[in-house]
Amino acid sequence: MKLYLKVWRQEHKESKGNMVNYEVDGISAHMSFLEMLDLLNERLIGKGERVIEFDHDCREGICGACGMMINGRAHGPLTGTTTCQLHMRGFKDGETVYIEPFRATAFPVLRDLKIDRSAFDHIIQSGGYISASTGQAPESNSIPIAHEVTEAAFDAAACIGCGACVATCKNSSAALFTSAKISHLVLLPQGKLESADRVIKMVGQMDAEGFGHCSNTEACEVECPQEISVLHIGRMNYEYNKALLLKK
Amino acid sequence: MKQATLTYKLMMAATGLFLCFFLVIHLLGNLQLLLPESEAREQFNWYSHLLSGNILIKIISYILYLSLIGHAVYALIITRKNIAANGSKYVYDKRSQVSAWNSRNMGILGTIILIFLIIHFKDYWYVYKFGHLPLDAKGNKDLYSIVITSFQQGWYIIIYELSFIALGFHLLHGFFSASRTLGLYHPKYSGAVRVFGWVYSLAITLGFMLIPIYIYFNLNAL
Amino acid sequence: MMDAKIPVGDLADKWNNYKDSSKLINPANRKKLDIIVVGTGLAGSSCAATLAEQGYNVKSFCFQDSARRAHSVAAQGGVNAAKNYKNDGDSVYRMFYDTIKGGDFRSREANVYRLAECSLALIDQAVAQGVPFAREYGGYLNNRSFGGVQVSRTFYARGQTGQQLMIGAYQALMRQVSAGKVKTYTRHEMLELVLVDGKARGIIARNLETGEIERHAANAVVLATGGYGKVYYLSTLAMGCNSSAIWRAHKKGAFLSGVSWIQFHPTCLPQIGETQSKLTLMSESLRNDGRIWVPKKSGDERVPNEIPEEERDYYLERRYPTFGNLSPRDISSRAAKERIDAGCGVGPMKNAVCLDFSKAIKEQGRDKIEEKYGNLFRMYDKINGVDAYKEPMLISPAAHFTMGGLWVDYDLMTTIPGLFALGEANFSDHGANRLGANSLLQSCVDGYFIAPYTIPNYLSGELKAEKVTTDHPSFAEAEDSVREQLSRFLNLKGHLSADHFHKTLGRLLYNKCGLSRTRESLQEAIVEIRALKKSFDHELKITGDEGVNSELEKAGRVSDFLELGELMCHDALQREESCGAHFREEYQTSDGEAVRNDKDFCYVSAWEWKGEGAEPELHKEPLVFETVQLTVRSYK
Repeated sequence: MKLYLKVWRQEHKESKGNMVNYEVDGISAHMSFLEMLDLLNERLIGKGERVIEFDHDCREGICGACGMMINGRAHGPLTGTTTCQLHMRGFKDGETVYIEPFRATAFPVLRDLKIDRSAFDHIIQSGGYISASTGQAPESNSIPIAHEVTEAAFDAAACIGCGACVATCKNSSAALFTSAKISHLVLLPQGKLESADRVIKMVGQMDAEGFGHCSNTEACEVECPQEISVLHIGRMNYEYNKALLLKK
Repeated sequence: MKQATLTYKLMMAATGLFLCFFLVIHLLGNLQLLLPESEAREQFNWYSHLLSGNILIKIISYILYLSLIGHAVYALIITRKNIAANGSKYVYDKRSQVSAWNSRNMGILGTIILIFLIIHFKDYWYVYKFGHLPLDAKGNKDLYSIVITSFQQGWYIIIYELSFIALGFHLLHGFFSASRTLGLYHPKYSGAVRVFGWVYSLAITLGFMLIPIYIYFNLNAL
Repeated sequence: MMDAKIPVGDLADKWNNYKDSSKLINPANRKKLDIIVVGTGLAGSSCAATLAEQGYNVKSFCFQDSARRAHSVAAQGGVNAAKNYKNDGDSVYRMFYDTIKGGDFRSREANVYRLAECSLALIDQAVAQGVPFAREYGGYLNNRSFGGVQVSRTFYARGQTGQQLMIGAYQALMRQVSAGKVKTYTRHEMLELVLVDGKARGIIARNLETGEIERHAANAVVLATGGYGKVYYLSTLAMGCNSSAIWRAHKKGAFLSGVSWIQFHPTCLPQIGETQSKLTLMSESLRNDGRIWVPKKSGDERVPNEIPEEERDYYLERRYPTFGNLSPRDISSRAAKERIDAGCGVGPMKNAVCLDFSKAIKEQGRDKIEEKYGNLFRMYDKINGVDAYKEPMLISPAAHFTMGGLWVDYDLMTTIPGLFALGEANFSDHGANRLGANSLLQSCVDGYFIAPYTIPNYLSGELKAEKVTTDHPSFAEAEDSVREQLSRFLNLKGHLSADHFHKTLGRLLYNKCGLSRTRESLQEAIVEIRALKKSFDHELKITGDEGVNSELEKAGRVSDFLELGELMCHDALQREESCGAHFREEYQTSDGEAVRNDKDFCYVSAWEWKGEGAEPELHKEPLVFETVQLTVRSYK
């Protein structure tokens, strides 16, 4: 199979980037999308050119490192799938494929398709944790937690922090990411104690990082590789409103 | 601490929902236009008078003006923040495939509604408040005649109907979106609110849209 | 002779005795001490967070763009703990025994006992952090069983236990970042260890975002950099997993142990093309209902579904009637390789075996199978475009976990004072084969509960030591050597990519120092790896500049893998027995089972680097078993 790629190339944070055309032949349907890029990079090295930089690590859809806009869609045309799990059998011979980095003011491009997502770390630092130091924990079965509550918390905790929600959002909002963490922690009895402080800080940090607001288009849920529900955003808003009302 | 965007969103939701409530009141008034002509004139003019005299109504009307202005101003602020958050544009953008177009274009829909409102205010509200209107048999200002006259013009009806289609789509997203912003997250009730939002939007939109068409075709002979 | 500094007392008292007598540091003094932690996986994050909670200043390094992405996230199955919530006869002792037996009696009693002992507190800690372990309807924690044991002691969070534990540790780390006690250095790769007066006093790291070479000084250095299974190129590991931190520490004097003990996971997706980069792990739980077979006759060209029942060889059921398809990992993997080598493999590259659900679907119904494994079948379809409800899955063994690593004593300190190794980066607890769900456990226990006691014990002696700054000549020297290597890579005029060498090395090791080894294959491998290294030094081509450059990163890692690969072969060659994951074909019974040699090889190998081109020197730590009886592992 042969593809015509248009890939975003950008030297560094401050420089202007542009789309560069590449023809890649000899692609097999079994390859993953990233292996197709490996193949192109291998050929670029042969020609003495700088390779296309992109983030990737586990290549099994769980680390959240990879992520690019493929044909205008976050992580490509499939839903519930990371870029690394996208395979070439979904593409047609002779197709033109556009590859761009996830774009948002809070996610500056480092080089080519590599972006800086440390804003997500900052949001977690602002309060996305339960303050339980090592050694303080009581016996694990001393607090029973209902099966469905644990499952609901898990659904939220499954976020891999890839940033597709931000990339696909017309407002570059991090509401799904932030709300998933808030939901995960507030659902559990251990996390309830700090909930008011947490939500105020995390929502504030989300703004400070330069993310936009949520206008509930729900595109994030569609593109999320872990299929995290937008209802968590409702819960975050609930917690936030409650915290505002009850704040002393 | 600096006011978070979420509080702006809360204002959007609160003002929006108030406007939703007002639309119901407004529609109830307008539906009186569907009564037989002689009854309709007195009833409608009486209702208009009622809505301008009462102190309670006066307070509500000021809330209404504030809501309208607030809704528009906050929308503007949020939109500016969003543009700043977006950074550089995608060269090839197919994100529209994964969300409803009206949810992405609330700003444009809102602008259409705002333009319509300006026309609307000029034609009725301003005339009623500050213009010289003849009185009807009961001594109320005869807004009825103004309304009926304006709905005799085809082009006016077309603008009116198009604006309400925009309103319909705005409501369709806005109503449920407001409930989410206010913090409704339970899957069951969230779903119910969405259904209610559909019914509400449809009822409001069709209700308003029906009236001029009815008047155009039934009262043209006058 | 290596001294592991095992505390005195009965096995069950050793850790308590240690804690009671270890040296402490006054809270006011802790903030004067800096600790570098390299790696942010479960071991690294938990250690960094816990030390910071105690009051030390921690610098945390990882090459990923966020601490949360370390490869601990990929562990699926679960984490073991001797809670005995199932009331099925579990105890700390039993867990200790299962682990030491599973490791084929090639690990230290005291370390393994401590692992089992600390497993209790780990579950408590994880739950307190908000890890959503599976629960029963009554709200209490649920357990499941796992390979190689007879009790249910595995705690799990669906198929993402590693990710959930990782998030817990990551959040604990982020909490300390916001408290100002940890400073994170993401997208930083450690390229050199700095020794001052023979003690670990800092590292040289490259900022992968800017290319800057940075010096960082500290009172102790912790390596929690994971395993090196990626040495085979094709593996279940992440693309970035590497051996550079431990290898560079090794070259500075830290000994390496059990280097050739690498576990191959039996249920992974096979290689189907030359460009493949990853062998995705499919959960081992599939073996509960799937039956493994290959065609009876070699070179059978038919697709699996066309091969009639009587021409199928259910080789695990045939060879191990008691455990059958649920035989331990090392045995299942080796049996698969044996059949593939005999020409009976299936798939486009004839390198896989069938994992067949047709019988289970017939007996239990498709719905039941879908309920149990639906997500795995979906994943299989996503990757291969094949509906595994209709045709068998194709699976093959893949390099997965490294039992070997830096030699550490009971304190988890390497042979370099002040240099600690945690988690998969050390060799300590799994012997020659790791039991399922013990790796998450070990990394967490090392980080949360062991290092935070043993590191202060070391540091108490450092309080009065002279403060070392990055101006010390040792830093300049280390930085120069790093710069020299990087510029050499960039200036090489070759034509082959780092990946090319990595793939070549991987193939070579897989064939000659993989699931099974022979004296000849290992001797050949050593020669071939040396030749490959020579070729690498001349024919490598790195494009790009000193800024963000993934090829430059790879070059350093592959260079280290080439040297490590050679040591793996030395280690495997020297150990003339078969134990756990190490299977020397010369040492097997007539029906193909491993033959361990406790008389001559009941020790831990500890290899010392003797310089470029020189043979490594072997040191031995005899394994003394005071509590358990050495027996033959049999799963027949």
